[in-house]
Amino acid sequence: METLTFILHNLPAIGERTLEHISIVGVAVGVAILTGVPLGIAITQSQRAADTVLYLGSIVMTIPSIALFGVLIPILSKIGQGIGWLPAVIAAMLYAQLPIIRNTYTAIRNVDPALRSAAIGMGMSAPQRLARVEIPIALPVIIAGIRIAVVINIGVTAIAAYIGAGGLGTFISRGISQTDIRQLITGALALGLLAIACDYSLLRLQRRLTPKGAPKRASPP
Amino acid sequence: MNATGAPRRSAMPSLVLGAIALAVAWGLYASGLAADMLRYQKDIVYLVKQHLVLVGISGSLAIVCGVGLGVWLSRPSMARWAEGTIQAVNMATSVPTLGKLALMMSLLGIGALPAIVGLWIATLLPIIRNTYEGIRAVPGHLVDAAQGMGMGPGAILTRVELPNALFVIFAGVRTAMAVNVGTAPIAFLIGGGGLGELIFTGIDLQEHGMMLAGAIPTALLAIAVDFLFGQAQYWLVPRGVNPQRNS
Amino acid sequence: MIRLDALTKVYPTAQGAVAAVDRVSLEVADGETCVLLGPSGCGKTTTLRMINRLVAPTSGKITIGGRDTDDVDPVELRRTIGYVIQQIGLFPNMTVAENIGVVPRLLGWTAEKRRRRAEELLAMLALDPAQFLDRYPNELSGGQAQRIGVARALAADPPVLLMDEPFGALDPVNREVIQDQFLRMQRTLRKTVLFVSHDIDEAVKMADRIAIFRAGRLVQFAAPDTLLAHPADDFVASFVGTDRTLKRLRLIRVREIMLPGVAGEARAAGRATVTPDDDLRRVAALFLEHDLDALPCVGPDGSVVGRVTRADVAARLAAGAGAES
Repeated sequence: METLTFILHNLPAIGERTLEHISIVGVAVGVAILTGVPLGIAITQSQRAADTVLYLGSIVMTIPSIALFGVLIPILSKIGQGIGWLPAVIAAMLYAQLPIIRNTYTAIRNVDPALRSAAIGMGMSAPQRLARVEIPIALPVIIAGIRIAVVINIGVTAIAAYIGAGGLGTFISRGISQTDIRQLITGALALGLLAIACDYSLLRLQRRLTPKGAPKRASPP
Repeated sequence: MNATGAPRRSAMPSLVLGAIALAVAWGLYASGLAADMLRYQKDIVYLVKQHLVLVGISGSLAIVCGVGLGVWLSRPSMARWAEGTIQAVNMATSVPTLGKLALMMSLLGIGALPAIVGLWIATLLPIIRNTYEGIRAVPGHLVDAAQGMGMGPGAILTRVELPNALFVIFAGVRTAMAVNVGTAPIAFLIGGGGLGELIFTGIDLQEHGMMLAGAIPTALLAIAVDFLFGQAQYWLVPRGVNPQRNS
Repeated sequence: MIRLDALTKVYPTAQGAVAAVDRVSLEVADGETCVLLGPSGCGKTTTLRMINRLVAPTSGKITIGGRDTDDVDPVELRRTIGYVIQQIGLFPNMTVAENIGVVPRLLGWTAEKRRRRAEELLAMLALDPAQFLDRYPNELSGGQAQRIGVARALAADPPVLLMDEPFGALDPVNREVIQDQFLRMQRTLRKTVLFVSHDIDEAVKMADRIAIFRAGRLVQFAAPDTLLAHPADDFVASFVGTDRTLKRLRLIRVREIMLPGVAGEARAAGRATVTPDDDLRRVAALFLEHDLDALPCVGPDGSVVGRVTRADVAARLAAGAGAES
């Protein structure tokens, strides 16, 4: 089919766009992990804080991504970064926050209290407990949260093509404006494959990190 | 109700939200953007209606088909195909909506139809998965007791399995609908109309007022739809199986 | 009356065909409580579940009240048989009243009739209808839930009751209470009950006759006392426990072997005594504690009504041991 020819002829461009896409998602998720995991752990200390943070996070999630771009652009244009890479990364990072925070919070909370007592009884300090007992047990669920964040971000970044951020969405935007079905299909396929590949490999990672015989309560979505 | 689905323990979250909303509103007013936005009043009203049509048709069809397909996959006769199908559904769910709409456009051209079909598919998939998993999560001994008492398969489905899966199904529908409202703006790109028109045109023309005139109603609409479905979940799921209403 | 004729269930496995139930034949009379007893995996639950056709037999016949169950539609059949499971299985989405009314509703009873029946059953189980009818299962304690599970099984007044380790999920205290309650109920209702258990003490307490299973085969089918006195083989003997004589003693009351009081015998003040309702195990314990061969038996006012001797106890054990199974 013509689309096949198109793809073969444009492999370098496809590769470039894919890298752009991955860089946005990668940075966004990376930052979200650095902020989200500690935050998720912190809010296990207070029910009120947890309620507030999770509620706000879920409100953010209901805001459509393009709307969020629409809001970020006027703000960021004040510093001359209205369009392009930065608003895309910031928006993606915001969307990655809730899944990561919520999953971290839930996972740490669900760690069997008996294990915690055992750790305290053995003389571990709080940071040691966290590092050596709680986080390793919570890891699969946290990875599940990261997985969800990545998939969402791939979608958000696709739309970011419309604000000049590049990425695989550009094939679709050009495909629409030029009524070029080949580009449409290329973009759709590339996005689909990227999403499926990331989802699948993170799922494998999640499963591999789930200790056999782990308590069902901690099982990931 | 808070994000984790447990009954809300304090008014703190709403207070914080209210404070932020006020701050945003003040910011818009002070910067003059609010005035810009209001210039598009008529467009907003018209496009909101279009938006609701897109959401309404694709959403209701997705709920009906999604729950139906989810139930069908959970039947013993489908046991062999169920796992494989659900995995395929999971994979398809992770494909970004923009990609799905692009595929629709390549198959069906531009306009409201491909937009609705694309949104329908995007909303359908998570509902299928949640329905299937919700029904499968109904404890086996309940079905055993029901069978042992002499309930036929139809009665077991409608009086035992579905009511006990209802909370999870509702959660899936609620999320899917929020995603639907949220991604509907993209439908504009393939000629589907809706508030996306203001947003994307505003971005193209670098006109912030126009952008916000599209973005903020979209966000408010999404929050409203989520709230409505949340309320429906709270009130319609019977008390005995509704963790939010446990006395 | 329930009759099983060479009932068999064979499962194909990786190691070849395995008979979970192997040519089991037994007969349970109307109003009788038969306990299916055995270690886990012995086929007792599978046998039970073939009776209401939750499991399809590979071969053999089941007759209930004279009718071959093969000739009846399974769904219809189950509505005439009460079924209680270990996990109780109360539907969380229905109130207590709705749960109890499930089979009546399937049978077409009016709402009025269903509610009245629910009230009646709750009262019979010592649960205040006003308090419990509109509660949901998640608002019940374990003991309450289990009793309502039994009420639900009795709702349409079926002649037969199948119970699969129904009290297994309760703590020992609650279990005793509900066992006693069930026995009391049975004295009035006289249902034909098949009861699966893995607990010899429960079986001895509840059963008119006990059917012991091993690896799919029926090994012995006898009244509790006979089973305890004459275990059919080493397996049954070890399952029943090495204290089987003591268990037998528990089954017999003083009144059954008491010699009437001799006129003029003084009140037994300060000495060990028993009442007519005490079981022989207590008597044996007192014999040993006080190094006695005989004990006075007193009535509710403390006056001596009779005597029980070691010789009488031994004679009773021997007589029981000679009874046919």
